[in-house]
Amino acid sequence: MTAVDERPAEIGNRRLRKEDQRLITGRTKWTDNITLPGMVHLAMVRSPFAHATITSIDTEEAKSAANVVAVYTAADFPDGIGACANAWPITPDQVTPDHLPLVGERVACAGEIVAVVVARSAAAARDAAELVDVEYDELPAVFDALEAMKDEILAHPDKGTNKSAFWKLDSAEAGTGGDVEEALAAARNDGVVIERNYRQQRLIPAFMEPRSTVVDPTGEQITMWSATQIPHILRFLIAATTGIPESKVRVIAPDVGGGFGGKLQTTPEEFITLAVARRLGKPAKYTETRSESLVSAHHGRDQYQKLTLSATKDGVVTGLKVELIANLGAYVAIIGGGVPVLGAWMFNSIYKFPAYQFNCQTVLTNTTWVDAYRGAGRPEATFGIERIMDDLAAELGMDPLELRERNWITHEEFPFTSVAGMTYDSGNYEAATARAKVLFGYDALRAEQKQRRESGDPVQLGIGVSTFTEMCGLAPSRVLGSLSYGAGGWESAAIRMLPTGKVEVITGTSPHGQGHETAWSQIVADRLGVPFEDVEVLHGDTQIAYKGLDTYGSRSLVVGGEAVVRAADKVIEKAKAFAAHLLEANPDDLEFKAGRYEVKGTEAGIGITEVALATFASHNYPEGIEPGIDADATFDPDDFSFPHGTHLCAVEVDTETGQSRIRTYACVDDIGHIINPLIVEGQVHGGLVQGIAQALWEEAVFDENGTLVTGSFVDYTLPTAADTISFLTENTTSPSTTNTLGTKGVGEAGTIASTPAVVNAILDAVRHLGVQDVVMPCTPERVWKAIQGASAAAETTAEAQPHFDADAGNADTGSTGEGNDQ
Amino acid sequence: MTRITVTVDGQKNVDDVEPRTLLVHYLRETLGKVGTVVGCDTSNCGACTVHLDGRSVKSCNVLAVQADGHEVTTIEGIAANGELHPMQQAFHECHALQCGYCTPGMIMQAIDLLNDNPNPSEAEIRAGLEGNLCRCTGYHNIVKAVAQVAGQKGGE
Repeated sequence: MTAVDERPAEIGNRRLRKEDQRLITGRTKWTDNITLPGMVHLAMVRSPFAHATITSIDTEEAKSAANVVAVYTAADFPDGIGACANAWPITPDQVTPDHLPLVGERVACAGEIVAVVVARSAAAARDAAELVDVEYDELPAVFDALEAMKDEILAHPDKGTNKSAFWKLDSAEAGTGGDVEEALAAARNDGVVIERNYRQQRLIPAFMEPRSTVVDPTGEQITMWSATQIPHILRFLIAATTGIPESKVRVIAPDVGGGFGGKLQTTPEEFITLAVARRLGKPAKYTETRSESLVSAHHGRDQYQKLTLSATKDGVVTGLKVELIANLGAYVAIIGGGVPVLGAWMFNSIYKFPAYQFNCQTVLTNTTWVDAYRGAGRPEATFGIERIMDDLAAELGMDPLELRERNWITHEEFPFTSVAGMTYDSGNYEAATARAKVLFGYDALRAEQKQRRESGDPVQLGIGVSTFTEMCGLAPSRVLGSLSYGAGGWESAAIRMLPTGKVEVITGTSPHGQGHETAWSQIVADRLGVPFEDVEVLHGDTQIAYKGLDTYGSRSLVVGGEAVVRAADKVIEKAKAFAAHLLEANPDDLEFKAGRYEVKGTEAGIGITEVALATFASHNYPEGIEPGIDADATFDPDDFSFPHGTHLCAVEVDTETGQSRIRTYACVDDIGHIINPLIVEGQVHGGLVQGIAQALWEEAVFDENGTLVTGSFVDYTLPTAADTISFLTENTTSPSTTNTLGTKGVGEAGTIASTPAVVNAILDAVRHLGVQDVVMPCTPERVWKAIQGASAAAETTAEAQPHFDADAGNADTGSTGEGNDQ
Repeated sequence: MTRITVTVDGQKNVDDVEPRTLLVHYLRETLGKVGTVVGCDTSNCGACTVHLDGRSVKSCNVLAVQADGHEVTTIEGIAANGELHPMQQAFHECHALQCGYCTPGMIMQAIDLLNDNPNPSEAEIRAGLEGNLCRCTGYHNIVKAVAQVAGQKGGE
């Protein structure tokens, strides 16, 4: 790294964010803020039914309503308007129903769009949408994944099955470990076997900015602004599915108000807005309402997990078998099928399990489609393994941290190839755990817990542990290719050295709250030795950042940031030839330091920004070299990076009311080198609350007709400031070896780790009362019922949570299909 | 249409509006005050919070005609003479925003909260912000920012 003499290093500095100025003064460019001359507004007519044949659509009354410009149905676009693609078929024979933006014959989930009303104002469009008369013939519908597994009611009758794909990883077959069945059999004979069914309820990403799309078809290129995480992928898929030449499409993600995976999608609404704008030759805008967003933007999670863990009697785990059933909703979304599969490499987590098997069955249902939500596959896996490790500790009467220590990879053992075949580059679980215990006050809280238990305090204290790792930085293109993923995982960057000494950095990542403008400026300021303030980071516009794979999977810094480093190094190398020429020195005698090329052993030197000005004029430059020092770079990592951390949560549970209250939450995350600690803390805080919200509050609930009951913020209960607490967060540092900055991703860490920490804490508070499981979200009602149930049936054992076989029915006591019981 | 006269961020405006027009839509669509945003349909999220005669209101929950003859202050009107409002400055310093979508409403609510209670406890800050949702920050740094402004005022 370049040392900077005059200024402190930017990397590691708590720089306040550049982005803030426009955001705190209301000068932000949200898509919905855009108004263009002659612009028309769209309102969607959506199916209220989960599964139905469309028998007729009468648009006449709507067409004649005041200020309506047009009303379209699928029949108006006989050649189609593009498609919502699945980019990751997890098996060659995956069942993948066609996903058309505008449906003409049959709707497969509530919220699907059957007509679009175009009017001079959004209000007029919405008024007229009420006048579109659609006749439906309802079809039998299936909502729950376990029901869908029976193939009695088909989500897509023409497919003949609800089963989309089955995916397996077996350590014996892969040669990365032993045979899990043998391990289980051995432990049944002489050891401990823990069998559990856990439920990952369905969540809704619920970004704060509703999705919005504006399309301007005037001019040579069609311009689409969209509230998306993936402008580059969107542009590609518009071209690939509509036939519009890619060179005629420009996609801009302006300021985007959060995503959390929820805007990692190409949406029906984007294709419809595009089609309407092209048909009318006028700019068109669509902005969803929150209720539309909750039902029609993709959902997350929704898995049934069956875990079987074997161990010796002294707590050494010998095998883990995972069987997942994942609800994809009505369609296989862009990476919907792949999200649960990402768990394949994460259920074994930080542990040295000798044998491992992962099985995942994805199924189609007549519900909103499911795809990435913060963590995407890794929170589900972390929840499963951290829950069952606590259950094993309880079974053995061990401290849960001691059990983990007995099984985790020690810091001397890195790099470590896991039983799932992943090579963890670096880590130090001992250090993070030791620090977290101190921060948390572990021993004192354990003492208090003991005291409350002995005194029979109605408010019991529980301590929850979650020691997690995750794979982040999607990712090595060759690895993705081997998994039949439709794209690569590289990232692109470019650096333009402006003649006035300013620097433009172009990144192919597309931030929506992460602070890339600030962090990338810090990296470049250090590398090129220019002031932080002189660096401008440009992104989210395919005309400016023409190449990129966007932002998701904690990839931006570890892949995109590294691309920026490589581009900067190219600039330094290119400018060196000019500097040598101008200094009349041999390039080999030059040293680049603090933004200047100096002739070693002399006072002679020239700044890199002076070289930029000299190349702008180009009055005097070396023969045989083109006059310019700008550079671009594409970085494709060799491997993922593997952040980890130890999260500890103390929860007070009122056993008389079932109310849980988080008292203390401490976490120590190891994310390698940190570019900006302020931003890292923010990412962790936000991640924690999303994970805690899964544990305590959030769930997408459908009723028996497939209607989303939690269809507004009245019922889908996002946490408020009053529900949450302040956190204790720190870091340990094991630099990643898969990028030169030594960084690991942090965007998803908090969400991945916190959910099991909270649920483990609740169970730890009431386990002595006989409670073995509480289905998420752990509402007071569910906790109270669990306590009552446990005390009523003095013997609560495995029968309380039957494994999911066909006869057992729906093991989830609180979710899909029984909304009336809430 | 109904004629209304509303002073917004110091500017007097006279407009004809449909009686059903919400204040937030009047601000955004008629006046171009797009700093104030819409986040939900149910008055839960608070992203649209502005001040009506100095008190915070959710502008999706007020009709434009109800603002007739009144003064509205939005996020665009609280910085004076190029100086950020102390609450804006504190949000910046404490990293109390990420995507920034909730931020205008959150700042307007936080200002109102301190007008009501200049020296709130953490619990009082949290309760005072309960009507404003943020999905990015986990509220930790928002609470810190509000406490910082309260501390500054207390020291004056």
